[in-house]
Amino acid sequence: MFRSMRDAKAGARLSFTFDGRPLTGREGDTVTASLLANGVTACRETPVSGVPRAPYCLMGVCFDCLIVIDGIGNRQGCLVPLREGMRIETQHGRRQPEEMRG
Amino acid sequence: MTTNANRNEGDVVVIGGGVVGAAVALGLARSGARVIVLDEGDVAFRASRGNFALVWVQSKGLGMPEYALWTRRSAEDWHGLAVILRDEAGIDVVHSQPGGFVPCLSEAELDKRVTAMRRLHNLPGLADFPYEVLGRAETKRRLPDIGKDVVGALYSPLDGHVNSLKLFRALREASARHDVDYRPNHAAEAIEPRDGGFRIRGPWGEIAAAKVVLAAGLGNARLAPMVGLDAPVKPSKGQIIVTEKTTPFLHHPMGTIRQTDEGGVMIGDSQEDRGFDTIVGQPVISVMAERAVRTFPRLAALNVVRTWSALRVMSPDGFPIYDQSQSHPGAFVVTCHSGVTLAANHVLTLAPAILAGELPEMAASFSARRFHVPVHA
Amino acid sequence: MKAVTAIDQLAESYDLVVVGAGPAGLSAAARAAELGVGVLLVDENPAPGGQIYRAVTTTPVSDRDVLGADYWRGAEIVARFERSQASYAGSCTLWSIGPDAAVPEGGGFEIGLSLDGRARLIGARQLILATGAQERPFPIPGWTLPGVMTAGAAQIALKSAAIVPAGRTVIAGCGPLLYLLAGQLAAAGAEIVAVLDTTPRSNWLKAAAALPDFLRSPYLAKGLKLMAKARRSLRFVGGVTGLAAEGADKLATVQVERGGSVETIACDTLLLHQGVIPSVNLSNAAGCTHDFDTVQHCWVPRLDDWLSSSEPGIAIAGDGAGIGGAESAALRGEVAALGAAHRLGRLDASERDRAAAPLRAELARALRGRRFLDLLYKPAPQFLAPRRDETIICRCEEVTAGQVRDTAVRLGVTGPNQMKAFLRCGMGPCQGRLCGPTVVELIAEANGTTPAEVGYYRLRPPVKPITLAELAALPQSEAAVKAVVR
Repeated sequence: MFRSMRDAKAGARLSFTFDGRPLTGREGDTVTASLLANGVTACRETPVSGVPRAPYCLMGVCFDCLIVIDGIGNRQGCLVPLREGMRIETQHGRRQPEEMRG
Repeated sequence: MTTNANRNEGDVVVIGGGVVGAAVALGLARSGARVIVLDEGDVAFRASRGNFALVWVQSKGLGMPEYALWTRRSAEDWHGLAVILRDEAGIDVVHSQPGGFVPCLSEAELDKRVTAMRRLHNLPGLADFPYEVLGRAETKRRLPDIGKDVVGALYSPLDGHVNSLKLFRALREASARHDVDYRPNHAAEAIEPRDGGFRIRGPWGEIAAAKVVLAAGLGNARLAPMVGLDAPVKPSKGQIIVTEKTTPFLHHPMGTIRQTDEGGVMIGDSQEDRGFDTIVGQPVISVMAERAVRTFPRLAALNVVRTWSALRVMSPDGFPIYDQSQSHPGAFVVTCHSGVTLAANHVLTLAPAILAGELPEMAASFSARRFHVPVHA
Repeated sequence: MKAVTAIDQLAESYDLVVVGAGPAGLSAAARAAELGVGVLLVDENPAPGGQIYRAVTTTPVSDRDVLGADYWRGAEIVARFERSQASYAGSCTLWSIGPDAAVPEGGGFEIGLSLDGRARLIGARQLILATGAQERPFPIPGWTLPGVMTAGAAQIALKSAAIVPAGRTVIAGCGPLLYLLAGQLAAAGAEIVAVLDTTPRSNWLKAAAALPDFLRSPYLAKGLKLMAKARRSLRFVGGVTGLAAEGADKLATVQVERGGSVETIACDTLLLHQGVIPSVNLSNAAGCTHDFDTVQHCWVPRLDDWLSSSEPGIAIAGDGAGIGGAESAALRGEVAALGAAHRLGRLDASERDRAAAPLRAELARALRGRRFLDLLYKPAPQFLAPRRDETIICRCEEVTAGQVRDTAVRLGVTGPNQMKAFLRCGMGPCQGRLCGPTVVELIAEANGTTPAEVGYYRLRPPVKPITLAELAALPQSEAAVKAVVR
């Protein structure tokens, strides 16, 4: 959905997974920006109707970028910096018990 | 002339559009009355938006056995009310009566609760209220998610819950379909008995009716004396926490924790005498959160999406006030802090009786006269 | 600047806590610290700058022309703050403001902060809220589809991560940011297939009276340059009266109405923007009075000359005090800091007034012409209160415009709080930020009243997410235990 600008400064690359898929991102980016840069469109399905949603505002306001990060569900991906080895997963609807252990 | 007289004949004005007023209005309209509801605006002290949505029987009535019986009757009739609301409002209010628990976090707490239940059962007529005292193991068997600090629980099969916001909407929706005339931004300033009926005034003008029902919550204290009634109610602050939606895990209501059909977990319910202050108080919220997490550790990582505080409508003894004015018959007061539990009674029993002109015998004990006569041992 | 990276590094109490590290918050915190006030600046983002100067110290965008000189000006504001003695807690959310029980007769606040999954309550004698603006909700059919974002989001992605939309991109709406973004994205190499302008043509007449001020304003040259650049290089479609995003699981096309004609444009990304409005969630939850500003068409806090709100001890600076842009935000931050320093006894009234005089003159200059822009870019009614019933207006609870209208009329709902109780709009995690203005607009329209009469959500803490475990770990009082354990 997004791509890097051609002459952007290269940063250190961090490895992470999204739904088990190994990906890399730029150190300094947020989780949401890293997903966008990797062409990910939807990050969650809503708890009300189950339709897919994608990040909308990127500034912490809309809560549409909610995602599971390292086993903890419903985190605002646009406010969390990417870290090496992060396990990122689609937020499927309501918060699940396995997303609560942390 | 005739048209006007007919229009006012049998009309009832209900002052207050919360769950209590809406229930009474619906009951009156279902009995064939032409009803006008006068309500305040969007910002008001509204206990109806802040209740905990229990249809709760256990532990109620200590000090007044008639209240236990009245509550139990409402819990029984709630099944019928839910059907009425489904049919007449097209809304499923998600009522269920799976039995409710009160998990306790110390032996002292459990003892206190058990003692209270025993005392309640010793009151006349209450011996057959079913309840169980559960030890830790049995509590754990029935509620596998409890934490290690839960020493036991009280359980009663009579307890249930609903979606109280759906209830509120369903009462209003069904009322609308029964042609109840709902008027928001119509706070009542004065009520004047005249020609055997009543005139209700506000900055919006004046309305006349043969009967008037005061269901204005805390506002009843001010309105009641205008028609020879007494409603010495005071606010009692309650705070509630709501979490984000999570997968269903709690299939029974608890005294202070329940999961809504939408998935959110509600945590209540504190009780403070703080006048009309509705500020959410941090320390109280923290205590509530801490107890909830100890009761169900799986709640710990859930995000809180809302907290709020609302004011319960408390009479001096905590029980409802139902009364008809002796000096001005046709004026009634209906006030309680359990508008959800008692909704079935209000729709199905109380409202028809008000229309008939006489409160039901079961409600006789709830007259405010009890606050003025010496109690005999 | 002293960086706070863990919650236990915070002091028990600060003279002044500033919330938000955009131009207003940075300037307020720097100015107050320069006057010797003990300041803590908290911000939920990982780096200072706010949204306008987002990532100004860390951006990977190397070509300075892409973001323009106005953006890089933020670096100096951040640098001044970094030279000050203020403490700075990034990635830290403020979730509650309450009276400090330890200080009788008011005169202090207890604020709830959360950093890295741990919460704490600390004291603040004075508060300056500089939480800025958010984009005005732009509820059109299909705006919840993946592929639809705010224009601001695309700008943030560009500034902070140097990424641009990959495919065919459409930008739609109105307001100065629309052209700025179109220019920035085009410069950054995005494929912009159309810029759809929804500015109602009748607005030009309404704005005409404010034109003379605008002609003398700093906005003019800047604005003309932006618009000329955008119009020259991009397909520009004016007079748009209706928009709908369409697609199955993600955006495929955008349907564009212009009067009677309809055009369908295939695209991969749709960026929406119809101006910005103050973020009022925190000031509302703190109990500050707000009024509906009919020119900016949004709720703004009621403030005095020192930007003090109706709640003593709480000042509000920056776009959160009413939209004025980055330059005015920084100036208002300084004015608020002078006010707070005076209340804290660091400045007497005459020193304060003397220091404020040049700021006020600058502010008047910076705001000149604003009214013209506000009137010109006031969104069309159909983009404030969507006509099509199926349009989702509450993205969290998936409530539609039709439901709100129907409930307002049939159940006699006169305000958003009752609407919330009936339909759950505003009850989701965004706490009404993305539906509040629309719900108010729909109720006003249905009842034939105005947004001012309808009112707004009454908000309560936590204004940002906090877990039950965090709440549970906070100190308890004996009275509180008694209120719960009965």
